[in-house]
Amino acid sequence: MNTSDAAQPLAINTRELNLWYGTFQALFDINLKIKQGIITSLIGPSGCGKSTFLRSVDRINERLGYVRIKGAIEVLDQNIYEPHVELAQLRKQVGMVFQRPNPLPISIRDNILFGHRIHNDKTSSKSEEDAIVEDALRQVLLWDQVKDRLNQKASVGLSLEEMQKLCIARLLPVKPSILLMDEPCSALDPKGTAAVEELIWELRGRYSILIVTHNMAQARRASEECIFMLMGKVVEHSRTEELFVTPTHKETADYIEGRYG
Amino acid sequence: MFEATSINHRNDQVQLRYKIVFGTMLVILIIPVVIIMFTLISKGSHAMSWSFLFEDPKNGMTAGGIFPAIFGTIWLVVVSLLASVPLGVAAAIYLSEYAPDNLLTRLINLATINLAGVPSIVHALFGVGAFVVFFKFGTSILAASLTLAIMTLPVVIVSSWESLQSVPRAFREACWNMGATRWQTIWHVVLPNAFTGILTGVILQVSRAAGETAPIMFTGAAMFLPFLPNSVFDQTMALALHLFVVATQVPDVPESLPFGVALVLVGIVLIMNTVAIWIRMHLRGKKKW
Repeated sequence: MNTSDAAQPLAINTRELNLWYGTFQALFDINLKIKQGIITSLIGPSGCGKSTFLRSVDRINERLGYVRIKGAIEVLDQNIYEPHVELAQLRKQVGMVFQRPNPLPISIRDNILFGHRIHNDKTSSKSEEDAIVEDALRQVLLWDQVKDRLNQKASVGLSLEEMQKLCIARLLPVKPSILLMDEPCSALDPKGTAAVEELIWELRGRYSILIVTHNMAQARRASEECIFMLMGKVVEHSRTEELFVTPTHKETADYIEGRYG
Repeated sequence: MFEATSINHRNDQVQLRYKIVFGTMLVILIIPVVIIMFTLISKGSHAMSWSFLFEDPKNGMTAGGIFPAIFGTIWLVVVSLLASVPLGVAAAIYLSEYAPDNLLTRLINLATINLAGVPSIVHALFGVGAFVVFFKFGTSILAASLTLAIMTLPVVIVSSWESLQSVPRAFREACWNMGATRWQTIWHVVLPNAFTGILTGVILQVSRAAGETAPIMFTGAAMFLPFLPNSVFDQTMALALHLFVVATQVPDVPESLPFGVALVLVGIVLIMNTVAIWIRMHLRGKKKW
């Protein structure tokens, strides 16, 4: 399959993206067309720039202050580095899931409603809020486990797997179109990993998902397209199967066979 | 098998030696506190009575009560808190949450920490120049309280800053990534979790403000006043200064009187600190993440 297939709408489209941390260049001429509604995984050895790329899609990198960016990232056909782009609106569209689950130290219910509340001026009625909470928790397959303890603190009494699902669920009430996941399973045990992977697979279609992973088996199992990065450059971007079975570049083949990384 | 060797014996001896050294240090530290408390209680307790706590001084401060001083100390502490807490916490929030990590911020941090080490008599002179003379507050509760506020401000800032910094960064990132502004993040997540620490820092400063003599001596505290203050523009008596006065300036004071004053002062400070510790334990018990 041709990766520049024009028929399919794009979630993320980058043009000549270069990024520097101070004087260190972390990304070189990234041109990626990431399709809507599918799971794309991003693999590569440590320090290859995959997390950096992920973090520039919701512009959270800028917090560091010494980050410089050239080129463009179009999210849903809109260059997010244009001056008129409001970060709060961008981050509503683009949600981020972290390596370590980081539920806020408030109740499960308030965690889910946090995003909804900060993005809505008028307060919703209790029944509207209940519906939002239930919908989000059902989407992440967590409703049955936590429905009786919604007012319990989210940071106690939940397993890491449940916390991570909660962190995904709290992004959903503001109706994002893209979910960025930075090694979402690396803090979880194999069972938790399987459960979260299953969930991510479940969310496919409704959201465009870009997932950074160190775990090649995971990339192979749980993504439809795969991007291999090395030293801040994109080496290969193709359907996951193709990338793992018939890689076109020697570096890709070496990496997936575990010769470095 | 499993028998101790000479190496084990030697390690045990070294272990014992350090245990004794550290234990001795602890005892040496505790002894003065015990002696002070014991002396205060044994010599000051017979001065204690309702009339001592709630009546005016009599006979040139050689008899009677110390109510105006207790009342004045409370005034001074409350007014100084009203000034230092909002200012200090706001400054800490700025430094912790907004300020970029650059040379200027680091200079401000350094200045704040150094300011905490300035002797209180220097603050007193600053207070005279700034509040009594320049702002024309005269020697008054307001001038004295503001001087105390300036003195406690650096520590309020530093302790609040530390409490804010102790809130895990992951919470802030979670909020920012959902599109929350800095202020929403601070208000909904950072402040509620830093509250205990800030409160503890503030209460510890209460006891410091209550105990200081130099900053209030030139700015608003009087040796003796025949009336209670009515507004922040009046002068007032204060426990710390009263203790200094009855201990050194007034002839023929019965021995128990200064000890009684000291006991009341230490009692107020201890109560404040106990409250601080209690609040901290109580709230920390609930804080789990």
